[in-house]
Amino acid sequence: MAFGAFTTTAAPPTDAGARKRSKVALILLLPGLAYLALFFLVPLVSLVLTSLQSKVPGGDIGEYQFDLVFANYGTVVGQYGEHILRSFGYALVATVLALLFSYPLAYFLGVTLRRFPLLQALGLTLVIAPFFISFLLRTLAWKQILSDEGMVLGTLKNLSVLPADAHVTGTAGAVIFGLAYNFIPFMTLPIYTSLEKLDLRYVEAGGDLYASPARTFFSVTLPLSAPGVISGTLLTFIPAAGDYVNASNSFLGSPDTAMIGNAIESNFLTQQNYPAAASLSIILMATILVLVAAYVRRSGTEDLV
Amino acid sequence: MNSVSRFLSKYTIWLYAVLAFVFMLVPIVYTIAFSFNDSRRSNIEWRGFTLDKWLSLCEAQGVCQAFANSILVGLVSTILATTLGTMIAIALARYRFRFRAATTLLLFLPMATPEVVLGAGLAAEFLTAGVPKSALTVILAHTMFCISFVVVTVRARVASLDPAMEEAGRDLYASPSQVFIRVTFPLLLPGIIAAALLSFALSFDDFIITNFNSGPFVTFPKFLYTAAARGLPAEANVVASAVFFIAIIAVVTVQLTSAARRKRLAAQS
Repeated sequence: MAFGAFTTTAAPPTDAGARKRSKVALILLLPGLAYLALFFLVPLVSLVLTSLQSKVPGGDIGEYQFDLVFANYGTVVGQYGEHILRSFGYALVATVLALLFSYPLAYFLGVTLRRFPLLQALGLTLVIAPFFISFLLRTLAWKQILSDEGMVLGTLKNLSVLPADAHVTGTAGAVIFGLAYNFIPFMTLPIYTSLEKLDLRYVEAGGDLYASPARTFFSVTLPLSAPGVISGTLLTFIPAAGDYVNASNSFLGSPDTAMIGNAIESNFLTQQNYPAAASLSIILMATILVLVAAYVRRSGTEDLV
Repeated sequence: MNSVSRFLSKYTIWLYAVLAFVFMLVPIVYTIAFSFNDSRRSNIEWRGFTLDKWLSLCEAQGVCQAFANSILVGLVSTILATTLGTMIAIALARYRFRFRAATTLLLFLPMATPEVVLGAGLAAEFLTAGVPKSALTVILAHTMFCISFVVVTVRARVASLDPAMEEAGRDLYASPSQVFIRVTFPLLLPGIIAAALLSFALSFDDFIITNFNSGPFVTFPKFLYTAAARGLPAEANVVASAVFFIAIIAVVTVQLTSAARRKRLAAQS
């Protein structure tokens, strides 16, 4: 998957003509890189500048001017501290849940189904099937399934398993559930890729040396699938922390579950408070970069980039 | 160990996998089922089976327009991103140049940045530059986030390409452009097609970045988000279900043909 894609740096070409042809390389690279500079790097700079803007004195709503108001950051942290904590808390729990759900599934696809190529292909198709239907619709479907009088809660209430006023949608649990659900394929596929290449003789060796199945799993299988686990957790955690669909009122959330993405959206698109939205974006991006760098370093693979 | 528990331990993972797949498919089945619902204003309660929504798809306000807009944006940004990304992928795999590390980082970062930051950043840029939000700004945004994924996909293909093929072309006095058109490009084509499909899927399904940069322009996901607040019409389920079926059929066809080809190759050798 994406995060593993840059790990295998193919050896640069060695033939003598390669150096001479670096002009061709420049022509090939320039349009795409210029595009990314203009529509990825400049926007980031633009966000930093916007985050430091101040209101035009006597201006309308949404009118800001160039300034260096670093206090904007303090203001948004004070105002949206809870949103920020919720984002990373929800994303962390959702990532752990998605990992616990996906690992056995990936193991099943990559190891158990090895002898059945057709079933394996079918299983992989089922894993990516959710990609083919908008995640907004899938989340709305969960909202309706889990609604107060819906299939699940309605039945449980009729059977008096749950009290009549029990509800799921709008709670932190529902938002975390939605986040975990939405990113299951992103977790399963990279772990599958690691496990599919796993040499089973190592696992057999563990058993031959009288290691218990649990011991074999934790000292052989799990470490060998670590690259997949790292990719999967990053591919889940990063988008989950920035998501604002699951936590929004019309989906699985409520005002009490609003995350940093919801604060950025409402500040930018509704309140036209661009400096606040920009400061929150920078805080989100910086925190994620720091967390990812620390995580990647701790897990011992520094060749992700 | 008695036979029951041995049976259980052997098949637990099968049981788990079946339950996991059922769980993953629940909202998909739900969405497809409700495309056949004889709904009135809201599509929440089941009121009976009907094909009406499939047959009178475009009667619901805005569904078809939003769908057409998404196709347009998907096609244009796929062409742009696939072209730019393929060029970068070839350069990365085949040429030696300075700033290689910086280039790789610039390609990696958009994939590691939360979408909300990408969306807000572009919106801030367009705001500062005074560019009004429209189909154009959406296409510019989609092309940006698709490029990195194209590079990843095509680069894998370039790296697996046997340089001897191109050498053979040169040995037979083909000009560099002939080698590219007759040898390199056809060999890269499966990778390029895969990258284009991935780009289209990413663009078609994108909501978060689109929401920040579309203004009055409505794509299909944006239609869903706006309509979700007041209740979604069943026609939205119809569009999504139709897309789902087409995509599944395409994937299964590709898998079956490649399985058949593998079998044929195995039989020959």
